[in-house]
Amino acid sequence: MPSKFSFAFPRPNTRRILFFSSLAAVFVIPVALFGLLVVYLPFIQKDVFFTFVRETLHRDPDSWAGTQWLYGAALLVAGLLLFTFASVSGGIFSWYERRVAGRIQSRIGPNRVGAGGFFQWVADAVKLLFKEDLVPAEADSLLFRAAPYFVVAGMTLTLVALPFGQSVIVADLNVGIFYILAVTSLIVVGILLSGWSSNSKWALFGGMRSAAQVISYEVPSGLAIMTPVLMAGTLSMQGIIRAQGGWPWQWFISRNPAAFVAFFILFISQLAEANRTPFDLPEAESELVAGYMSEYSGFRFALYFLVEWANLWIISAIAVSLFLGGWQVPGLEDQDWAALRGAGSFPPVAWWFWQLLSVGVFAAKTMVLVTVVIWIRWTLPRIRVDQMMNLCWKYLVPAGFGAMLFTLLWQIAVSKARIVQDISGGVLFVLFVYAVFRFFVLTRKNISRVVGDRVDLTNW
Amino acid sequence: MSKLVLRRIDRNNEEMLVNFGPQHPSTHGVLNFLVETDGEVMRRAIPDIGYLHRSLEKIGEIVGYPGYMPYTDRIDYLAAMFANEGYAIAVEKLIKVEVPKRAQYLRAISCELNRIASHLVSIGTMATDIGAVTPLVYALREREAINDLIEALCGARLTYNYHRIGGVAFDMPEGWRDKVLHFLERFESLIQEWDRLITWNEIYLKRLGGVAVITREQAIDYGLVGPNLRGSGVDWDVRRDVPYGAYPDFKFDVPVGRGWAGTVGDAFDRYYVRVLEMAQSCRIARQALEKLPDGETMAKVPRRIKPEAGEVMSRVESARGELAYYVVSDGTERAYRVRARTGSFLAMGIIEDISSGLMIADLIALIASLDVVAPETDR
Repeated sequence: MPSKFSFAFPRPNTRRILFFSSLAAVFVIPVALFGLLVVYLPFIQKDVFFTFVRETLHRDPDSWAGTQWLYGAALLVAGLLLFTFASVSGGIFSWYERRVAGRIQSRIGPNRVGAGGFFQWVADAVKLLFKEDLVPAEADSLLFRAAPYFVVAGMTLTLVALPFGQSVIVADLNVGIFYILAVTSLIVVGILLSGWSSNSKWALFGGMRSAAQVISYEVPSGLAIMTPVLMAGTLSMQGIIRAQGGWPWQWFISRNPAAFVAFFILFISQLAEANRTPFDLPEAESELVAGYMSEYSGFRFALYFLVEWANLWIISAIAVSLFLGGWQVPGLEDQDWAALRGAGSFPPVAWWFWQLLSVGVFAAKTMVLVTVVIWIRWTLPRIRVDQMMNLCWKYLVPAGFGAMLFTLLWQIAVSKARIVQDISGGVLFVLFVYAVFRFFVLTRKNISRVVGDRVDLTNW
Repeated sequence: MSKLVLRRIDRNNEEMLVNFGPQHPSTHGVLNFLVETDGEVMRRAIPDIGYLHRSLEKIGEIVGYPGYMPYTDRIDYLAAMFANEGYAIAVEKLIKVEVPKRAQYLRAISCELNRIASHLVSIGTMATDIGAVTPLVYALREREAINDLIEALCGARLTYNYHRIGGVAFDMPEGWRDKVLHFLERFESLIQEWDRLITWNEIYLKRLGGVAVITREQAIDYGLVGPNLRGSGVDWDVRRDVPYGAYPDFKFDVPVGRGWAGTVGDAFDRYYVRVLEMAQSCRIARQALEKLPDGETMAKVPRRIKPEAGEVMSRVESARGELAYYVVSDGTERAYRVRARTGSFLAMGIIEDISSGLMIADLIALIASLDVVAPETDR
């Protein structure tokens, strides 16, 4: 009997259109996002913009009143661009994480919306937009509504000082990394507010845990950041990246044994600050239901998750910039970039190509770290509150201090004989290659020990 | 009690009362714990049970002896075979029926498969409650294979109603023996994979080792049974010490907690005893399949079961420990009293005692390590 609830798959051509459109989106969205950043961000650098006003608009940028307005408008567009980047990348990471988690858990993951479920994040966001924006009756309504904005602001403001490529940065602040540390603290304000204002005990637990965790782990992360800052002699993000080279043995992580330690301290601290497993205590599902976001629904809830996934990019990008050479293209030195740039007000086409390449290098390194973060999340259990504090104050903080002191001595040694950092770079690079080799050998061994059927991935 | 939210203890301290449940991701069913906390540290957690009470013992007095069999499935939905078997053995004792050898072997096989499935859920949720989500999926994947096998045997995946008074409902289908042997072969190596996946993970050991220790004396005093008792180092297994059914024919070891992660009787011991028990269950199931005798699967049982007046007790080793049925007959077609003594209920009793001074995260480890299943607690 035909039921009115019967479900039929879309006709084949509809599926094909969906398939190819989502496949196109997979390629177009990242290219479009990064392309816009590459085209637009160099333009709003002050000197380039002033040259543009002088040579294209034929005004004197210093005396013409319109300069301020135009520049303000240009910055607003840049802000919107960054926010778009954060939201879309956060969305795509939510899909990516779920797919990776699917493979880790020997299942498929979301596969219904578009090819490989690529549009799942759009569907989720649209669904959450239509949900009721519920404020609990006993909640502090104003704080409850305001809390997500703090979290989103803390996340988005970070992107201002984060470099994407050689000239692709909104503002190369001379206190770049310090600024990033400062605005990241806004997130904890939002989380604490949401935990308190929800008037729910579970949310309160989550908020308190989060405050304790994020504030504690800012100490080791700040100490670990001191190492590359000391090595580069600047707080500017671009300055720190310029002090490194393109090849792995020229990265800070290998040029100094203490930086190798500091990288892991920073990485662990950032996992804790971003509330990722094994430090997901504030939103520990099995303990606190959903922690500080227990009472949220609808789009405010979506904002928390947006921040969580956009943070994936940010924490990885910070680690890549400080320790893993950032956007440095192997074999391209500062003078090569200057030569490519030329002297004209608008750079030649080749320069744009190399800019895009530097963005590609940066994005590739960051994606590797993002994948590692996701991998850790779906592998490790959660640690307990007291263990989390122990790890921070008993191990990471002293180790961070040690790394900083060692770096001070190391820099004196480097100033006497530059060869030491090349030796360290070579040795650590060889060790790294060996570790990767061992990892693949072990993985192959483990895979050969697994028995049973392979996951059926035909329905990907 | 639940009106009390903040209570002043002394000048500087207040304690907060949190309702941990009835709807909470890690209460494994509908349980409620009234948790008195001072920050992250609990003063105590009081179990508040009864949300899943379905009057199963009263129903046993209303429906006839064979009619009660499907209801026993609902006592513990993760390990329904044992509840079937315990009741069947009790009534068989009452009407003095000898179960055919083949039926006893089939009972052992189905029970051991069910034990593996139940322990898989237990250790999988244990890992999830500690925060590692992935192992649960691996555990449920294997449980699915067992569900398929049991479905092929008796047509049901959760509430089996397979054991009947006097035997089992169906003989095993053609080719089932090879399927089970194939599964056992695969599964025994998967236990090692499970160890690599989660058991010896450093964080996991730190979270479970030395947490919620139940000493040997406490375990005996509170009447803990099954893996919870053995986790505390007490070497007691009904299958070996008070044999029933086909179990005297099989060789198997009884794993006992040895303090693998530090202390004997901690959450890790209870967890790891279950992992080791799965391997022993494989061993028993394999022996039973090899020795499986031919013959009837059902004894001659009268259509109308009307036992003489008297009382009888049966004990089986369920996945959650010793499951005892106490059946009183008054000589009519209906039991005068049916009483089930279940492992989860006994385990709930010790939580209040153990929980003081633990952290909230440890309470979850404690509940998961005791393998409390809400319907078995309430019945």
